[in-house]
Amino acid sequence: MKSDIHQFISCDAAKDLLYFVTAGSVDDGKSTLIGRLLHDSKMIYEDHLKSVKNASLKAGSATGEIDMSFFTDGLKAEREQGITIDVAYRYFTTAKRKFIIIDCPGHEQYTRNMATGASNANLSLILIDAQKGMSVQSRRHAFICSLLGIPHMVVVINKMDKIGYSQKTYERIRGEFENFAAKLSVPDLHFIPVSALKGDNVVEKSPMMKWFKGTPLLEYLENVYVASDRNLVDLRFPVQYVIKDDDNHRYYAGRIASGVIRKGDSVKIMSSGRTTRISRISLHEKELKYAFAGQSVGFGTEDEVDISSGDVIVHPNNLPAEARCFEAIIISLSESPIDGGTQYRLKNYARTAKAVISRIHYRIDVNTLRRKNCKSLSLNEIGRATITSSKPLFHDSYARNRKTGAFILIDPVSNDTVACGMIIERGASSKKIAGISCFKEDRISGRTPTRSLVPEDERERIFKQKGCTVWLTGLLSSGKREIACELEKLLVESGHPCVLLDGGRMRRGVDMELDFSKQDVTEHVRRAAEMAKIINECGIICICSFVSPERAIREQARKIVGDDKFIEVFADASPEWCAMNDATGLYKKAQGGELGTLAGVSSKYERPSCPDITLFPEINSASKSAKKLFDYMINRKYLHFSITETILILKRRGLSPAGKS
Amino acid sequence: MKMREKYIQSNLDQLEAESIHIIREVAAEFENPVMLYSIGKDSSVMLRLAQKAFHPGKIPFPLLHVDTGMKFNEMYAFRDKLARQIGTRLIVYRNEEAISRGINPFSHGTQKCCSFLKTQALVDSIKKHGFDAAFGGARRDEERSRAKERVFSFRDENGVWDPKNQRPELWSIYNTRIDKGQSIRVFPLSNWTELDVWVYILREKIPVVPLYFAKKREMIVRDGQLIPIEGPIPLKKGETPQKVLCRFRTLGCYPCTGAVLSSAASIEHIIEEMINVRTSERATRIIDHDSDGSMETKKREGYF
Repeated sequence: MKSDIHQFISCDAAKDLLYFVTAGSVDDGKSTLIGRLLHDSKMIYEDHLKSVKNASLKAGSATGEIDMSFFTDGLKAEREQGITIDVAYRYFTTAKRKFIIIDCPGHEQYTRNMATGASNANLSLILIDAQKGMSVQSRRHAFICSLLGIPHMVVVINKMDKIGYSQKTYERIRGEFENFAAKLSVPDLHFIPVSALKGDNVVEKSPMMKWFKGTPLLEYLENVYVASDRNLVDLRFPVQYVIKDDDNHRYYAGRIASGVIRKGDSVKIMSSGRTTRISRISLHEKELKYAFAGQSVGFGTEDEVDISSGDVIVHPNNLPAEARCFEAIIISLSESPIDGGTQYRLKNYARTAKAVISRIHYRIDVNTLRRKNCKSLSLNEIGRATITSSKPLFHDSYARNRKTGAFILIDPVSNDTVACGMIIERGASSKKIAGISCFKEDRISGRTPTRSLVPEDERERIFKQKGCTVWLTGLLSSGKREIACELEKLLVESGHPCVLLDGGRMRRGVDMELDFSKQDVTEHVRRAAEMAKIINECGIICICSFVSPERAIREQARKIVGDDKFIEVFADASPEWCAMNDATGLYKKAQGGELGTLAGVSSKYERPSCPDITLFPEINSASKSAKKLFDYMINRKYLHFSITETILILKRRGLSPAGKS
Repeated sequence: MKMREKYIQSNLDQLEAESIHIIREVAAEFENPVMLYSIGKDSSVMLRLAQKAFHPGKIPFPLLHVDTGMKFNEMYAFRDKLARQIGTRLIVYRNEEAISRGINPFSHGTQKCCSFLKTQALVDSIKKHGFDAAFGGARRDEERSRAKERVFSFRDENGVWDPKNQRPELWSIYNTRIDKGQSIRVFPLSNWTELDVWVYILREKIPVVPLYFAKKREMIVRDGQLIPIEGPIPLKKGETPQKVLCRFRTLGCYPCTGAVLSSAASIEHIIEEMINVRTSERATRIIDHDSDGSMETKKREGYF
């Protein structure tokens, strides 16, 4: 007896696990089918059966027939309304395999719950009522399953007993479905005619359908080959947690998303870009020579390198995409529409980042698969969008890698999971945007800046000016923008080409994924400085109006632009005066404690220690301050005029050529 | 050498890897997690998985036992021995106020007793210690409302579960964001079955409370259940204690935990019994049957 049990245990342990998803409503016979699978494989306990019988009677089943949906519909509300609302998980085992049934609701309003269930399945089971043929619902289920990349699909044409086991009808429905499936991506499609009620082709082969040459459903489920569905090629090891032992040795723990890692492998750490070697791999107490996709393991490295959670370990010759901008198919899971206005938190297999939807390209009508233009996605709607994140994400396309091509979006206020996304191969347009903040050497290698055919001094002569940057710093609403606008007017009217950059303009596009955290403000200013630099190199003046509250930030901007081209202008006004002039409402918010990052009120503003020029908006009008600046630029020879021009201009403005600097 | 490499994970290895990933995710994402430890077989498996998840380091969170004062003596002995061995802090929390008021299932009914001594105690202890995540050993195959629950299950400020409005949970990307005062219940054993648990206990040689093994015990029969004479149980008319060869398939408070007739005295025998068993594990848990959908109701209020 004891050896029998040991044999059973070792057989049982060797079985693999198949996750399959079913969707549909009670009418399709979904519950009957699941009930039969469970019942015939003896996975329904007597006490459960008894309570289901009681419940069926209570619900008014006149015949005393058992309502099989009571097994899976585990919530009171579901039993009362007679519908499946959320996913239920059921477990059964046969001699060959273990199964997890992910039973999903079929109604359109619960599409998001179906997506939850479908995301982890190896196989999808689509039910079609043979009497009705393909329905809108079966199309939708098939579409969602294909979107979520479930590799195997079995279409079960049910209630064959009701149509006299007609082969003709079966073939017609099959033909229709195949036509539809041609538009989806389903690598493996299979059809089985069954009667769940009578048990035809569920567990046993049906004597009523001799014309069907295939295997019954259970046999198919037991034998479908799923081990090759995993990606064992591209090593992607997300570091989830760093473990330290008593001797302070560091181990990097995580679950391998894809690929195989071996002891001694040379690996690259994504984010730092450093390479090292794997010195050990451990599965808890056991030391391993190699580990593969799906295993939760830990590893150590030969060198002391900086690795932290959120990093991804890869092979240096097989890198994931590293981008802040990519396209994806999005399913909206949220009551409030998904659009470009909200900053979400994006979480993928490795890390979390802030993200915005830069564009929604179109929405897909789930029933017709037609594309429609739209600006936002409502609950359960599916569309294609461009996402921009605050940090680079290491990813692959979902089609290539289900683990690394997936992400969710979380609403930062409600904390709800509001969307899920599946990344599509990147398009050319997304690369352009993603490149803006590329900073690292290796990414610009081989790409030297384009050299203009017009040298700088030639430009200076033609434009009658030196390309320089007027950097206005000061508190919010201190009058910077008004001065900047007046200065722009003076420059343009006197024939001097210039560009005005400010927070509003930058944040509309270039900085759309950034917020007002310290880190993002630094990045915001850095980008502005980089743009100013390019503009100056073209011989054009750049007027920058940014709070830029820290000395270090301004110093960085000066460094980027170049010391000789950088004019630091301080709009010196008291916080009280700024608050009085404020039209943004931010001062009120900050004073009320709602906003923790307003320079001069709830966070620090560091006054420039020696600005090139200081203006006093409280005393002088914006145009007067602008004139002072204009004068300064003439005196410092940023602007060139012929003598007659100079005199003319200054006379018109009522100023003398010998203005103070 | 590469030719001999195998990339097949058995079902138990898959479950283990999934659970460890879940446990590490909590440690990585939460400030102040805790692991509910109920002394039963599922808790024992969960604890072993936690040890594995952080090996060779220490488990980075404490264990919490919500004690009703009505557990079996063998369970307390097992717990105290374990606490000395594991090197992880074990917090024991009791609703002392309710206990001192003498709340018990005999005079107050099982629903009230559970509500005070288990549900409220659990919610209070989470609040008191400011835990933002609490692991539980519940499995989806135990009961039909548990079959519906997410791995990361959101609870509001009062520990309430809203089954009709659960967060979508896709792939193994878990949403761990909460506001202050809210918490997440985390179920690393969601996809394990009762059989998986026993096979794993055998494979990993995990110690379990001896109550799981068949032995002659002093019992009475009440409402079709075998109830142990463990503490002061008021006997009804016609009830006489008798020695019965039995074991416990699941462990809770002694007044509400029925035994099953069994001669399975080893893990192998338990597994064998499992294969042939025709009733569910929680059939002997009186509290599951005190009304229709009673587990769902308890869970909504904050029960595990």
